[in-house]
Amino acid sequence: MLREEILTTIEKNSRVDVHELAVRLGSTDEMIAAEMARMEEEGVICGYHTMIDWEKTTLDKVTALIEVRVTLQRGQGFDGLAERIYMYPEVKSVYLISGGYDLLVTLEGRSIKEVSTFVSDKLSTMENVLSTATHFILKKYKDHGTIMAKKPEDERQMITP
Amino acid sequence: MRNPLCERVVNIKPSGIRKFFDIASEMKDAISLGVGEPDFDTPWHIRDEGIYSLEQGRTFYTSNAGLKDLKIEIAKYLKRRIGVEYDYNHEIMVTVGGSEGIDIALRAMIDPGDEVLIPQPSYVSYEPCAILTGAKPVIIELKAENEFRLTAQELRDACTEKTKVLVLPFPNNPTGAIMERADLEAIAEVIEEKDLYVISDEIYSELSYKGDHVSITQLPGMRERTVLINGFSKAYAMTGWRLGYACAPEIILKQMLKIHQFAIMCAPTTSQYAAVEALKNGDEDVARMREAYNQRRRFLMDAFKNMGLECFEPYGAFYVFPCIKEFGMTSEEFAMAFLEEEKVAVVPGTAFGDSGEGFLRISYAYSIENLKIAIGRLEKFITKLRNK
Repeated sequence: MLREEILTTIEKNSRVDVHELAVRLGSTDEMIAAEMARMEEEGVICGYHTMIDWEKTTLDKVTALIEVRVTLQRGQGFDGLAERIYMYPEVKSVYLISGGYDLLVTLEGRSIKEVSTFVSDKLSTMENVLSTATHFILKKYKDHGTIMAKKPEDERQMITP
Repeated sequence: MRNPLCERVVNIKPSGIRKFFDIASEMKDAISLGVGEPDFDTPWHIRDEGIYSLEQGRTFYTSNAGLKDLKIEIAKYLKRRIGVEYDYNHEIMVTVGGSEGIDIALRAMIDPGDEVLIPQPSYVSYEPCAILTGAKPVIIELKAENEFRLTAQELRDACTEKTKVLVLPFPNNPTGAIMERADLEAIAEVIEEKDLYVISDEIYSELSYKGDHVSITQLPGMRERTVLINGFSKAYAMTGWRLGYACAPEIILKQMLKIHQFAIMCAPTTSQYAAVEALKNGDEDVARMREAYNQRRRFLMDAFKNMGLECFEPYGAFYVFPCIKEFGMTSEEFAMAFLEEEKVAVVPGTAFGDSGEGFLRISYAYSIENLKIAIGRLEKFITKLRNK
């Protein structure tokens, strides 16, 4: 219970400190710290990342979603191939997907050319990869449950009673 | 020319909250802890259902008592949440906010001269609504030492031969007080003995932080003498949709419906379709918002403790009601100085009745980030006062 409450709270803001969490969840600093440590140990909490809208910076970033169709030999699973893909640092995520294709790869590069080169040189040439389809992201509207565009304003009016 | 006005109306005092809001709204970069409505948007699936009903051209009136589907969902909800059964066909009506329910319940039950008991501090509408019926409002001043709960003794002392209706406003705006089962059982005895009727305003019922809300209608013999008022504004963050409901024995509801018919016709149709969705699939949203409010409530209580500001722990609504008597100022003086010097608007307790003197209503229908800024300013302000 406490574990889930901690997670739902820090999922949205990982910077809430232990003491504030304890106050907000009606717990103690010690209990929160211990539970956080346990979750880090168990790999329930895998990291504390920062959400960045790179669009608003001077750094150029291109993100692509790549659908990968594969063929497997008898006795082989997806795991080995997935590992060969996710070991590349420019690969941000790899999911095994149900439906029309098998793996969904998120790739980040500095330019379209860089992404294309990765796909044509590295990904497509892998044994077991049948075909790929690359989709470049043009605009992020919402990411990790956060709406990127608008900053919400308090529009509530003065009213009595 | 003759005086065009009705004396009864002219004599009603305007609401005390207004004044502060007027000043605060003039003030640039003032932040407010004064608002009495959720800071959340209505959950999208509920809004979407409202939009869909418009797309489908459902722009007609509904029947006076409300959409049948909605009344059925209300009956199911009450069964599910408080275990009380109401016949959707004769005992439930949909109103324009909980406030309409309060108004027409009083009008349906009160004859001129009847006495209506109003515990205060409480929502500012009860007294004027009672006055408009020709009733004599009798104020019960709730006490901080009872955590602003209504005691059997206070109720008994306020009763006369003419007492007919008790307004029961819990979870309470502005104090955040709740009535637990034992508290309700104690007053139920007096209600029975004095043969009173109850208007139970449970608009904040979903915002209870100490176990589930207990409704007086759950106690034996009480459902028969109670008009239960609730609505969608607070639980589902649907204030602007103007939608509430009233449940009562048929004999009372029938007369309430008559007033509603002639004065209002029916509640907004779009809102009613959205509300069906809220009751069917909104339980998780309510739980999520309740958890967020609860975190803020704990955060504020902790902050008050750290700055040594006296405040009983409230377990309902989204208000805390700290005591500022140590500073030797009236609530109004304090609120005004706080607004002028630190640019934070809070509502003086006296806006909700004389017994609110010495207290402030602070709303936590604001994000934690906002509350942190405001609390920082409050601490600065009271440190300044203490060092004077």
